[in-house]
Amino acid sequence: MNAVRRVTGRALPLDRANVDTDQIIPAHWLKRVERTGYGAGLFEAWRRDPAFVLNDPRYAGARVLIAGANFGSGSSREHAVWALVEAGFRAVIAPRLADIFRSNCLKSGLVPVEIAADAVAKLLRLVENDPGAEITVDVERRTVEAPGVRVAFTLDDHARARLLEGLDDIAVTLAHADEITQYESTRATWLPSLRD
Amino acid sequence: MTARTLAEKVWDRHVVRRVAGEPDLIYVDLHLVHEVTSPQAFEGLRIAKRTVRRPDLTLATMDHNVPTTSATPADEISQKQMEAMARNAREFGVRLFPMGAPEQGIVHVISPQLGLTEPGMTIVCGDSHTSTHGAFGAIAFGIGTSDVEHVLATQTLWADRPGTMAVTVESALPRGVWAKDVILGIISRIGVNGGVGSVIEYRGSAIRALSMEGRMTVCNMSIEAGARAGMIAPDDTTFAYVEKRQHAPKGAEWQRALDEWRTLPTDDGAPFDREVHIDASELRPYVSWGTNPSQTVTIDGHVPDPDALEPAQREAASRALRYMDLRAGTPIRDITVDTVFLGSCTNARIEDLRVASDVVRGRKVRSGVRALVVPGSMLVKAQAEREGLDRVFRDAGFEWRDAGCSMCLGMNPDILGPGERCASTSNRNFEGRQGPGGRTHLVSPAVAAATAIAGHFALPEDLS
Repeated sequence: MNAVRRVTGRALPLDRANVDTDQIIPAHWLKRVERTGYGAGLFEAWRRDPAFVLNDPRYAGARVLIAGANFGSGSSREHAVWALVEAGFRAVIAPRLADIFRSNCLKSGLVPVEIAADAVAKLLRLVENDPGAEITVDVERRTVEAPGVRVAFTLDDHARARLLEGLDDIAVTLAHADEITQYESTRATWLPSLRD
Repeated sequence: MTARTLAEKVWDRHVVRRVAGEPDLIYVDLHLVHEVTSPQAFEGLRIAKRTVRRPDLTLATMDHNVPTTSATPADEISQKQMEAMARNAREFGVRLFPMGAPEQGIVHVISPQLGLTEPGMTIVCGDSHTSTHGAFGAIAFGIGTSDVEHVLATQTLWADRPGTMAVTVESALPRGVWAKDVILGIISRIGVNGGVGSVIEYRGSAIRALSMEGRMTVCNMSIEAGARAGMIAPDDTTFAYVEKRQHAPKGAEWQRALDEWRTLPTDDGAPFDREVHIDASELRPYVSWGTNPSQTVTIDGHVPDPDALEPAQREAASRALRYMDLRAGTPIRDITVDTVFLGSCTNARIEDLRVASDVVRGRKVRSGVRALVVPGSMLVKAQAEREGLDRVFRDAGFEWRDAGCSMCLGMNPDILGPGERCASTSNRNFEGRQGPGGRTHLVSPAVAAATAIAGHFALPEDLS
């Protein structure tokens, strides 16, 4: 994963709540075995509507997505994050992100930003009125800044460090292999095993 | 010792490493794998020259992509994905139930059937409906592909200790109200983000009275309320279900396991972050009208008028009605369907098939309606055939299929056409979920069966 310290760029306003991962990337894209090639599937169905905001040339090249509450709900498909990243997004701002989606974001360096609904509304209005307005998501300082807006967001130290350093989770965990082995020696003997 | 909830007890018993300011490192007792969300994870292992740490705690199957009849073979891309699953299982030494195996089926149906899902465990899978296994008093949740790779390599996961939430459903369920209606009723009250960040523990006499299969239906849709997981405390119903299954503890081990499982229920006085109380006698059979699982009304109701809803819900409701091609005020029973789908990890177990077969026995599917029954696993299918249920369904005009996720999610040959309307026992009515442009109405197996016969939404007692 690439390290991410700060994301600055224009933002796409998607003023809808409960955007589920079936909308972000429809299931038929999930038949593929590769980790890339999902950008074209992003919001595939909604994109057929010429009026859909992703088709608005004023937002071309946006790096930040601003959405309503509960963005990324439903299926656990990480392909939703891969599609957003391939389409150029590096941060997602919403009043609340679905749990699995948020966790998946952290694996691909897509910065998950949860801020109060009124702050999100302010950002939505800002970029709707001025599509060229730039938003900065600062991972190090855990802030979102835009003209007339400065708001802090929550990101635990662990997640922040992994984003800043672009760490491979597995390598970090394997450094604790002794602790895992120790835990395994205490597991109950009745627990099921495929070897039974 | 402070009083703790079921979820806290199970969580705390699986902490490998806990350091302030970090998520917990949690041990995973069972990792379920399927063909769709695992190929990139195995490829990651291969690139980094890593192995699967505990193949003995890992089970793979094929369910999402598989065709459920030989009449519609898998497309080339799906075929390649299934071949990748077979190759990865072979190369990494993981047990696989491929298409054609007698144990093959939907991952959340087969694990409990085999006795691999037991109380007090941690279970993960690259699928959000992993919450199903919480019915046994396990902590079970869905993960993304990067975490699938992480669990394959380390048998652990970094995760924040979840919040706690209690949903208590008291008193007896009215006749004709099933587990599916219980969870749809809960989601209609707490909303699609009502459980975000929390494990929901379902409690109360109505939950206790449910069979294990009913409990699985309830826990299955916890994710539709945004919850990290759903759980029900293990009790004698649970133990009776698990006992003697293939992978259940035997002999002295069974007694040891029982002693442990009896310590799991939430202690008296343990506080929950949030509590919701529901009177079971107020629940009715539900039908969804919109494009998320909280947008439901009772079958006696009407399509709602968006203007009569809370301001925050109006725009989404209007958009949903446009997508669903429904007019406000239409009685639910007047809505006709093109397709009825009885299947999915929510409602494709033997009890679901029994309930539905009782409704259709001796009757005929309404002319012009396509109706299919897709058992949750090949073992469920075999059991149903031993009971003669296949004949009942076939005689009524249903298609009787092989096991798989089928029409729940639109990634195998079983899909809705654009504009088609379906009464479905599955879990998600998102736009395009069952196929691009398809319209999904979530219902219980009893309502699905009656609707197939009537051609419009109906209860069994509506049928002449």
